[in-house]
Amino acid sequence: MQKFANPVVFLKLANAVLPWVWVLTALLFAIGLYGALVSTPPDAVQGEAMRIMYIHVPAAWMGLFVYVLMAGFSAVALVYRHPLADAAAKTAAPLGAMFCFLALATGSIWGKPMWGTWWVWDARLTSMFVLMLLYMGYVAVWNAIDDPHLAAKIARIIALVGVINIPIVKFSVDWWNTLHQPASVFTMKGSKIDPSMLWALLVMALAYTFLFLALHLVSMRSEIAARKLRQLRSNEIGAR
Amino acid sequence: MWQSCKALLWRDVQLAQRQGGGLGAALAFILAVLVLVPISVGPDLALLQRLAPGLMWLSLLLAVLLTADRMFQQDFEDGSLDLMTMAALPFELVVLTKFLGHWLTVSLPLALIAPPLGLMLNLDVASLPILWLSMFAGSLALSLLAGLGGAVTVGLRRGGLLVSLLIMPLYVPVLIFGVSATTMMMGPQSPVPSLLILVAITLVSLVVAPLASAAALRAYLQ
Repeated sequence: MQKFANPVVFLKLANAVLPWVWVLTALLFAIGLYGALVSTPPDAVQGEAMRIMYIHVPAAWMGLFVYVLMAGFSAVALVYRHPLADAAAKTAAPLGAMFCFLALATGSIWGKPMWGTWWVWDARLTSMFVLMLLYMGYVAVWNAIDDPHLAAKIARIIALVGVINIPIVKFSVDWWNTLHQPASVFTMKGSKIDPSMLWALLVMALAYTFLFLALHLVSMRSEIAARKLRQLRSNEIGAR
Repeated sequence: MWQSCKALLWRDVQLAQRQGGGLGAALAFILAVLVLVPISVGPDLALLQRLAPGLMWLSLLLAVLLTADRMFQQDFEDGSLDLMTMAALPFELVVLTKFLGHWLTVSLPLALIAPPLGLMLNLDVASLPILWLSMFAGSLALSLLAGLGGAVTVGLRRGGLLVSLLIMPLYVPVLIFGVSATTMMMGPQSPVPSLLILVAITLVSLVVAPLASAAALRAYLQ
């Protein structure tokens, strides 16, 4: 692992992998969207409107997954003090916030025909919204602190406190109010979703994962470039 | 160790008393909320009675949040915090002591004063004791989390807005269980589970907040 933490090695690897990741993303989206919009049957109760689920559910999963990933990077950065882990956490945050927003927006569009309202203060919506606030706070910390080393240290703390907070928020809003349909893909008794729909959902989840990977690699690349640029500029000022 | 903790606590309490501002401003904020809410939602007493416990909790929470940036700002600027990192006392304990000082001088008095003020919002008198109890347990968590916000933004010139964005998600569980303990009292359920969970959240914050805040302050002090 240590070897890939070298920015030069990382960049080489990222450049080599990236085209393939993009191709795979496009392929998975093509299959997943075909499955979601054309080949899977409409829902018995919800009709065609439930097709938005194929967009909505993976976005919500990714919103959570990316936060955990971000916290993982932050923990690695805290232990090993490696700048690349900070860069990985920093660039993951806006992407995760985007997934959260996508999940909230599609959920809202889905909710209008199903619940008859754009927004309900249901437990899952609320915890997703809080998650988006956590992302925004994290991004704001990076923006508010000028010194990148200091910003990295503070951001690590924010990410790790946030990851402790997520399950507590989840638990408390569940207690507070629940209207959302309960989890149906991963349950103790196996999936409650019919296999004819499940495969498209899983392909979409995979497509989202690869989309995140591609976008993350691109933004890490530009983050590394930005750091180099800052270094060069400060060297230039120092030489004068 | 106890000696220096006590000395630090006494210093903070005295500073807060002699400077003033913190508790007074926060109390004025709660009063402002109390006046503005009936004006904004209308003077319907039945509606206000339903809203009262939640509004009292909300105003307490925001009032404590208002004082968050005061907790470390001054000591950071005049260098006292630098000295405290060099003291024999573990820095986490220093931070915890400062949190306790804040609780004793701001949050706890507010939590004791606020519930009777809720009577202006037609708060049910029967729910006063439970509101006191829940605010007593929750106010320590509010102080700890506000202190975390203050520590994380201590070196920033305009940290105020950032504090509210960062700390609001952490306040959500406190608010939920604080309010639910009070509203349970009106219904058939027992408020005890909510209170116990509130205490649990306070205890978790008691561990996490000093550790995280000390790490953040050290980063700023380097």
